Amino acid sequence: MKKTALNQLHHDLGAKMIDFGGWEMPVQYTGIIEEHLAVRNNCGLFDVSHMGEIEITGPGSTAYVNQLVTNQIDVEVGRVIYSPLCYEDGGIIDDLLVYRIDSNHYLLVVNASNKEKDFEWISKNAPDDVKIKDLSDQYGLLALQGPKSEEVLSSLVDFDLSEIKPFRLVQEEVNGKEMIISRTGYTGEDGFELYLSPEDADETWNSIMEAGEEFGIMPAGLGCRNTLRLEAALCLYGNDINEDTNPLEAGLSWTVKFDKEDFYGKKALVETRDAGVERELVGFILKDRGIARHGYDIEVDDKKAGFVTSGSFSPTLDENIGMGYLQKEFVEVGKEISIMIRSREVKAKVVELPFI
Amino acid sequence: MSIPAGFYYSEDHEWVKVEEGVGTIGITDFAQDELGDIVFVELPQVGDEFDKEDNFGVIESVKAVSDLYMPVSGEVVEVNEDLLDQPELVNEDPYEDGWIVKVSLSDESELDELMDADEYSSFLEEEA
Repeated sequence: MKKTALNQLHHDLGAKMIDFGGWEMPVQYTGIIEEHLAVRNNCGLFDVSHMGEIEITGPGSTAYVNQLVTNQIDVEVGRVIYSPLCYEDGGIIDDLLVYRIDSNHYLLVVNASNKEKDFEWISKNAPDDVKIKDLSDQYGLLALQGPKSEEVLSSLVDFDLSEIKPFRLVQEEVNGKEMIISRTGYTGEDGFELYLSPEDADETWNSIMEAGEEFGIMPAGLGCRNTLRLEAALCLYGNDINEDTNPLEAGLSWTVKFDKEDFYGKKALVETRDAGVERELVGFILKDRGIARHGYDIEVDDKKAGFVTSGSFSPTLDENIGMGYLQKEFVEVGKEISIMIRSREVKAKVVELPFI
Repeated sequence: MSIPAGFYYSEDHEWVKVEEGVGTIGITDFAQDELGDIVFVELPQVGDEFDKEDNFGVIESVKAVSDLYMPVSGEVVEVNEDLLDQPELVNEDPYEDGWIVKVSLSDESELDELMDADEYSSFLEEEA
């Protein structure tokens, strides 16, 4: 299994480690619920160094990245754009963040489990005037998330963190080490992600934990990362979106810029848009006891009407929540649906997203 | 890791405590720690009959769904209904308030096939 630079530190902290797409990663340190609430109320520090980083540079890079992704990335330097990456048929290859580091310098931050596939797709179609590099081994990635994040990090930097607006990046020093700092995350909370040299990971982790002690910081594992992102209704690739789903049915229409001249998947997505989607990703809260899990059927009037893509106990709401694809005709806030849990029918209600 | 004496233990990390032919069944401290925060327990009905190693319920943590297996054969005489609203009792007190079902044992000799506290402790060390 692959290991991040912080692997030993996680073991020393007593983390439970799991195989996550070929990486040995911490799923929890003290408990998922406790870590989840720490991030919502104070802050938590995640090691997400398994994420992939693909660099695209060269005179043709802006045109090419805009051809690759559905969202508009020809924006001010220093902005970060979330976007699906689609095949010609509109199926989602991956969802990623595009960092515009300079006018002809982009960093694509991709899901670890999709990195090889993404790299292949991106390389295959590349014109001669761009250069593509897999920099994943050169970056560690820490995510400091939660309402106290700015206060915690401010003691380790000598510039004003409030200047970094959401979805913006800077290249600055934290605790004397140069890194990319962006105001981004995957929890639905304010926070920062730090792209740093793996050599600096230990020291930076420890300095943040120390600075955060008085604010109630906790090390946070991938277990609570999942429950936090679900409450915020952020899609998880492999659960809520995959190659058989398209952005329009996944609630990601806002990331598809049809006014761009072209991009991979445009033709198929225009057709889908004009015909109307057949199903939509919805959120639901269970009204009876039980927990919805990925793959369970959704029924309406005893007939299959969709399937669950993500489900969990929600520590913030103290309810059992989930997301899933539901046939368009039933998509309506307040609609009663049934989740089939081990052949038991459990009542649920469609709610607005996000959950929090 | 708590492994109290006077209980019988199974390789599936369940425990049985026997009083007057009735076995109280739960999961061990090791099992609850492995599962993490428990958020749902699906219980059988009073009167349900199970053979040893039958699946009699489901326990769900935030991350995982796990089946519960009977360490002995018997008929369910009581279920811990407190777990419906407070599944976290299994984490907090796995050997007392976090018990799951009580069964009238149909064959007490099955207890001989289970481990005592010392044997279970060695079993955990070997597994680790």
